[in-house]
Amino acid sequence: MSDTHAQTVAYVRSTMIEAADPPSSQTGAIKWMRENLFSGWLNTVLTLMSLLIIWMALAAVGPWLLNSVWTAGSLAECRAVLDGTSGACFSVITDRWHQLLFGFYPPEFYWRPVLALILLFVALAPVLFTALPRKLLIFTALYPFVGYHLLWGGSVWFPVSAALGFVAGFVAYKLLGKVNNLLAIFAAILTPVLWWVFAAGAFDAALSSVMPLGLEFVRSDRFGGFLISLIIGVSGISLSLPIGILLALGRQSDMIFLKTVCVVVIEFIRGVPLITLLFTASLLLNYFLPPGTAFDLILRVIIMVTLFASAYMAEVIRGGLAALPKGQYEAADALGLDYWKAQRLIIMPQALKISIPGIVNTFIGLFKDTTLVVFIGLLDPIGLSNAIRADTNWNGIYWELFIFIGLLFFIFCFGMSRYSMYLERKLKTDHR
Amino acid sequence: MTEPAIEIPVDRKIDTSHMKVSDEIAIQITGMNKWYGTFHVLRDINMTVNRGERIVICGPSGSGKSTLIRCINRLEEHQAGQIIVDGTELTNDLKNIDKVRSEVGMVFQHFNLFPHLTILENCTLAPIWVRKVPKREAEETAMHFLEKVKIPEQAGKYPGQLSGGQQQRVAIARSLCMKPRIMLFDEPTSALDPEMIKEVLDTMIALAEEGMTMLCVTHEMGFAQAVANRVIFMDQGQIVEQNEPKEFFNNPQSERTKLFLSQILGH
Repeated sequence: MSDTHAQTVAYVRSTMIEAADPPSSQTGAIKWMRENLFSGWLNTVLTLMSLLIIWMALAAVGPWLLNSVWTAGSLAECRAVLDGTSGACFSVITDRWHQLLFGFYPPEFYWRPVLALILLFVALAPVLFTALPRKLLIFTALYPFVGYHLLWGGSVWFPVSAALGFVAGFVAYKLLGKVNNLLAIFAAILTPVLWWVFAAGAFDAALSSVMPLGLEFVRSDRFGGFLISLIIGVSGISLSLPIGILLALGRQSDMIFLKTVCVVVIEFIRGVPLITLLFTASLLLNYFLPPGTAFDLILRVIIMVTLFASAYMAEVIRGGLAALPKGQYEAADALGLDYWKAQRLIIMPQALKISIPGIVNTFIGLFKDTTLVVFIGLLDPIGLSNAIRADTNWNGIYWELFIFIGLLFFIFCFGMSRYSMYLERKLKTDHR
Repeated sequence: MTEPAIEIPVDRKIDTSHMKVSDEIAIQITGMNKWYGTFHVLRDINMTVNRGERIVICGPSGSGKSTLIRCINRLEEHQAGQIIVDGTELTNDLKNIDKVRSEVGMVFQHFNLFPHLTILENCTLAPIWVRKVPKREAEETAMHFLEKVKIPEQAGKYPGQLSGGQQQRVAIARSLCMKPRIMLFDEPTSALDPEMIKEVLDTMIALAEEGMTMLCVTHEMGFAQAVANRVIFMDQGQIVEQNEPKEFFNNPQSERTKLFLSQILGH
């Protein structure tokens, strides 16, 4: 044994080393850049090229945006102010924003759609956030009638009598539910239909003459702009999800007739372009309806857009259903849950959770597709941008209008996308 | 095979003398046949299960043993013959099926817990929605059974956070919360790691000691020896042999049974 060896074996530290900061190359911005932007020669080249492209884009758009004119009365005035320099003419927005938002809705009633939008968020809140008190859902159920009355106006008794149909159906279901389930379901469907066809009109007319209450009526052809996109989009979204669920369940059903009907509906609607459905709504549908029925064009469009989105929704949800293990169905069955309870408590919560990205994808697609109504003469924002351009003051203006419209849609679509990510995180319980 | 070396994987020998079997019939199956398409899975099954009986069904894979117990709560439909559970005949009548299902508990090989609900919610769901028990009462019952399977502290967790053995014990508790009169076990330990098998078997033995009517499809021969009062051996969709465990293991009659036993006990 040599001395050196012994020294290397026996060792006692006399002073403890304090923890020190890592070298500057290992922390903060420098480390991050080294790892993410310059980790190799290829990445370095790509980083530099990207920076170049970003700089070029900013150099092109930046001055145009920064040099924008907000107060001119026409495009010619804008050009005079700009005096040959490049610059955006956002004066068209300050001049015409109310048209882009509300179409030709009477300006003195702008408060009505604004209030309807605010109440829409109130109605949506308990649906979107489960932490809120469940009692708020009562308002959500009433919102379609409140919203209708605020937007269209007319006698207050019309939405009330429409709502009473649902109440009548519910009462009939509750009364007959004790006797026979199937009978109760038939009654729940039949009673409201009978009420609407035979009694609702008389009820509305009688009460309107006795107690004329309500807001001033606004005709559908005054509606336009982002208001119409929101009306069609929100109705389509809120109706297509339940219809899509029913279609998806029908497609999986053992009942051959029901299954065939659902498959035919889904495949037909998916196989046809939305624009043809919209033309059907605007032109052909009136031929099929009894003469004299004035069926509102917005309502017809809502029906078509809803059907279109429902077919896609059904397939998205079918994907979610297919992803569930068979054991989930068996466990629900073995516990004695009947079909609807099993669907509601076990199957759908999981299938919908799996389908969230697809569902929101369909929602966003539907919302943006509402701009297609321009082709059947409804004045949505795109239609209005054409109308605004037809004015000699603003003839030749494109970018500024489309930027504004794009921004409006982006805010809503981005909101939906963020909410779906929040929901996915919240519902993540599998801990894989 | 005069003296098969069966080791009981539980740490106690069970005294089955107090586990009374009543004369009352719990399940009666007569002349039952089932086909999958043209494949004849179950052939002329006849069996009677008395209340309090603990029956182990074994056999090679594909012999129809799982299908048999799945017919008892109508997860599978039989095409001929008669199955009467607790006095209710299983037919296409949905009311009868739901009635039988709420009286018969089932434990699956892959647990089949509901991953989107907590352990407690898994246990209270069926009592609340099928039995219409008030929520508070259902939760008390659930905690009682979770304590019985020795995992009350996991009540707030989700199934994905539990080990396989714990999940299977929750699945047993979930079934018990419906206060079933009959329990079916479909290979409850086959998907488990060896060290977790014991905790599940212990739970099942405790259940047997309380006089539950049990039908178990399992390859745990130690369990069969310890608690079963009858072992049924199936092959090719038929009941080939049934006997008391001692006789069954020590003195199997049919050649097929002897071969099966030598294969599963041979190593």
